[in-house]
Amino acid sequence: MSDKTEATDAVEAARTPIVLLRRMETEAARPRLAEEQLAYAQVLDFGMKLGFLLLLATFVLYVSGLVSPHIPVTELPRYWSLPVKEYLAATGIQSGWGWLHMLGKGDFLNFLGIAFLSAVAMVCYVAISPIFFRKKDLIYGWLAIVEVAVLALAASGVLKSGGH
Amino acid sequence: MGGTLPSRRFPGPPALAWMALGLLLTAAVARASGDARAAVGAAGGGPALVWWAWPAILFAVTFVLGIVAVLGGVGGGVLFVPIIGGFFPFHLDFVRGAGLLVALAGALAAGPGLLKKGMADLRLAIPVALIASSCAIVGAMIGLALPTRVVQIALGATILGIVGIMVTARKSEYPEVPQADDLSTALRISGIYHEVSTRQDINWKIHRTPQGLAAFVVIGVMAGMFGLGAGWANVPVLNLLMGAPLKVSVGTSKFLLSITDTSAAWIYMNNGAVLPMLVAPSIIGIMLGSIVGVRILAFTRPTAIRYMVIGVLLFASMRALLKGLAIWD
Repeated sequence: MSDKTEATDAVEAARTPIVLLRRMETEAARPRLAEEQLAYAQVLDFGMKLGFLLLLATFVLYVSGLVSPHIPVTELPRYWSLPVKEYLAATGIQSGWGWLHMLGKGDFLNFLGIAFLSAVAMVCYVAISPIFFRKKDLIYGWLAIVEVAVLALAASGVLKSGGH
Repeated sequence: MGGTLPSRRFPGPPALAWMALGLLLTAAVARASGDARAAVGAAGGGPALVWWAWPAILFAVTFVLGIVAVLGGVGGGVLFVPIIGGFFPFHLDFVRGAGLLVALAGALAAGPGLLKKGMADLRLAIPVALIASSCAIVGAMIGLALPTRVVQIALGATILGIVGIMVTARKSEYPEVPQADDLSTALRISGIYHEVSTRQDINWKIHRTPQGLAAFVVIGVMAGMFGLGAGWANVPVLNLLMGAPLKVSVGTSKFLLSITDTSAAWIYMNNGAVLPMLVAPSIIGIMLGSIVGVRILAFTRPTAIRYMVIGVLLFASMRALLKGLAIWD
């Protein structure tokens, strides 16, 4: 073995404890996360990125005119200062999930991204509730299910405001 | 460790100067907005500006709001609703719907990182989120049912209250919690987070859980009613009332918005109060602004910016109040 190789080995040997120590510090710095918290984060991360991509892509299709809108963009300033009830009446737009039938229109296509982003939390809860039940954490399992029910109720369109 | 330390003193002359600058900046935006409206009026009621002018201005303003929100340590929603609602031609119904989605987008973007780093605690968030999201539905329905002028006045008063909280609120890095209460013990709400700056593992638990949950009834209703997001109220309740460490409170509060604002956003969407032309530029603008804000955070004086934000909010709250009272339409 040459002198150079011996020197390199010596440096490596000296470095090893430092590398190990740093690795241990990094491990210690890493929070001990519960399985459900990590699962929630992973689903949220994927859903959030997909939602933003959808929002961006559909908005580009809308403003570029590639998909023609229900309300021409040049006429939009006539409507956006109206209260929502008057806006719906003036434009003939259905509230609730009516937008699903108008996805062929550029402005309504945007609701895909918006609805997707609004649904991500619900999907996260659906993903974690079985983990709670498997861990016999019944209270949190049921809390997760009730939260899904609350968000589903909000999303259902059943709850209508009286309007002003 | 423990004890509640005042995080800031009552504003002195330099702080007042920064507040005045904020007031002046907002007044300039108001003047520009008034000029643009006058241009529309001069054209016989027809839109004198090209259709994309307002969305473009909206994008530019939300980009700046994104930067200011990061530097001022506030959520985007709390700046978005009073400023866009006060100085842009969009109806307050659409502005509140967009405000919720702006706050939601910010929370969704931050959520995964906060959860993975242990800065947001899922066990603490789940019961709180259930109450806040249920009440946000009620708030959204009330907000959409009330006359616009009433909502404007209530919004102005709420923003004034938020300014009061921002000026006077105390924060506690590690609040002293002598004993966890029965409810938090039953729910096993406690944790350990690693404080990187001191390389310490911080064990934490909470107390006064029933009172904290009751506070989230009010917070949820207000979040849904005004579309403001609710970080300004979440953090003091989690930190000062319930005793969660400051970093856990801030992280959990941001994460909470991704659930609270979701339920209210659905109500606004299902009632037709979401305009994509308002929502998309706002979300993109504020998110790009936040990215830039984080990058320049190291070179600025956050305290000064915070006082400027207070000045902006003061002006915007007065605008909302006067608009609601039909004094300054």
